[in-house]
Amino acid sequence: MAIKHLHTPLTGDDLAGLKAGDSVRISGVIYTARDAAHKKLAALIAEGKPLPLDLKGQVIYYVGPCPAKPGRVIGSAGPTTSGRMDRYTPLMLEQGMKACIGKGLRSAAVKEALQKHRAVYLAAVGGAGALLSKRVLESEVIAYPELGAEAIRRLRVEDFPATVINDIYGNDLYEQGVRAYAREEKQSPEID
Amino acid sequence: MEAIPLRQVEAPAITALVAEMCREANIYPGDEVAEALKKALTREESPAGREALRQLIENLEIARREQLPLCQDTGFAVFFVEWGQEVHLTGGSLQDAINEGVRRGYREGCLRKSVVADPLHRVNTGDNTPAVIHTALVPGDRIKITFAPKGGGSENMSALKMLRPSDGVEGVVDFVVRCVREAGPNPCPPIVVGVGLGGTFEQVAVIAKKALLRPLGRSHPDPYYAALEQKMLEKVNELGIGPQGFGGRITALAVHIETFPAHIASLPVAVNLNCHAARHAERIL
Ligand code: SF4
Repeated sequence: MAIKHLHTPLTGDDLAGLKAGDSVRISGVIYTARDAAHKKLAALIAEGKPLPLDLKGQVIYYVGPCPAKPGRVIGSAGPTTSGRMDRYTPLMLEQGMKACIGKGLRSAAVKEALQKHRAVYLAAVGGAGALLSKRVLESEVIAYPELGAEAIRRLRVEDFPATVINDIYGNDLYEQGVRAYAREEKQSPEID
Repeated sequence: MEAIPLRQVEAPAITALVAEMCREANIYPGDEVAEALKKALTREESPAGREALRQLIENLEIARREQLPLCQDTGFAVFFVEWGQEVHLTGGSLQDAINEGVRRGYREGCLRKSVVADPLHRVNTGDNTPAVIHTALVPGDRIKITFAPKGGGSENMSALKMLRPSDGVEGVVDFVVRCVREAGPNPCPPIVVGVGLGGTFEQVAVIAKKALLRPLGRSHPDPYYAALEQKMLEKVNELGIGPQGFGGRITALAVHIETFPAHIASLPVAVNLNCHAARHAERIL
């Protein structure tokens, strides 16, 4: 399986070559945010106020890491369930976000918005928190420290592994994968 | 009649034990999980699924070597306590002793605090307490404490239904398979499926959780249920969800069933999903 390397911030050209199912390695700066931080960002957008970060071309990673052990950059840091961010994701895409990293199903509205904004949804391996933490070279809280694990962090990552779930062409690995490997046709999944 | 002298146990001893279990269980789920993942890798056909399994196997090695939590969701702290009725606890309540142990273990172990004080107001308690504690009084003078931190991703995809007795075993299998299908990639497959059958509404959920405590690779002692576990596992793996939902052969590592007698009018079934991070620690005092 060929591995594609991405360097942030991302451009449209970077994403044109990605297909659902591709393995990628991300290097550069990415930002963390879970639902609590998304809620705050959405409120700022609604009020027309500036955001604590410029989302243009950026990648948001849905993660609430463990506290760092002494001498470490960050604690275990695997993806959280993306569906909880669904209601905010179209808004983030409007702000210029180009990719988000999480795990699990997205809503139809998110998939539509991804295609419209020519952005991608990537999955990191859920449960691989220790491994993923080692690909984080720097971590700094840039907003909402009061949210603890849910604060917004700027991470510098190197060769951070992820898999393309939704590419800019409307393909969805979660649907394709099941279709390719299901053994009983009538049990094809009702993924929304 | 002479009174039987009670064995005395000090609350701080429980606290120390609990703190140790919290730190230990969150780092490494045990060799049987590592073995199950390696076996899954030999059977998985999908390239993306194999890549995910390889990462999970490497993750366990890193977690153990570097003493890091294997997953950042170090869970709600769930305990099953079997308390010998000839033991007397001194120096505090059991609940306080366990919660203090959780507080200490999660702080010292650099584990994530994932509990909010109120389900609607949602302010983090800051120390991962309170724990969920299931206590049973048992004969004897021993205490057995089992700790099983439970991640939210897989817990959220769990389900319970009061089936009709006439739905029978087919109804049960259908419900379990449907639950796993709808969960799709969310509970971080490969998963472990805990099935509770029988009892009452609240009891069936507790036995589904207990089913998850059984070590991987050990099947139900009753051959009927052992065969049913196997059948459910095959059906679940025919769904094609695969590791992380990327498509593939291995959606679940195991199905564990626990049963309890049922009311003549009921067939309760609960499905408690767990990720491969089937963490637990056990101590006998
Ligand atoms: S479901 Fe399990 S492996 Fe996945 S994030 Fe939660 S605790 Fe970790």
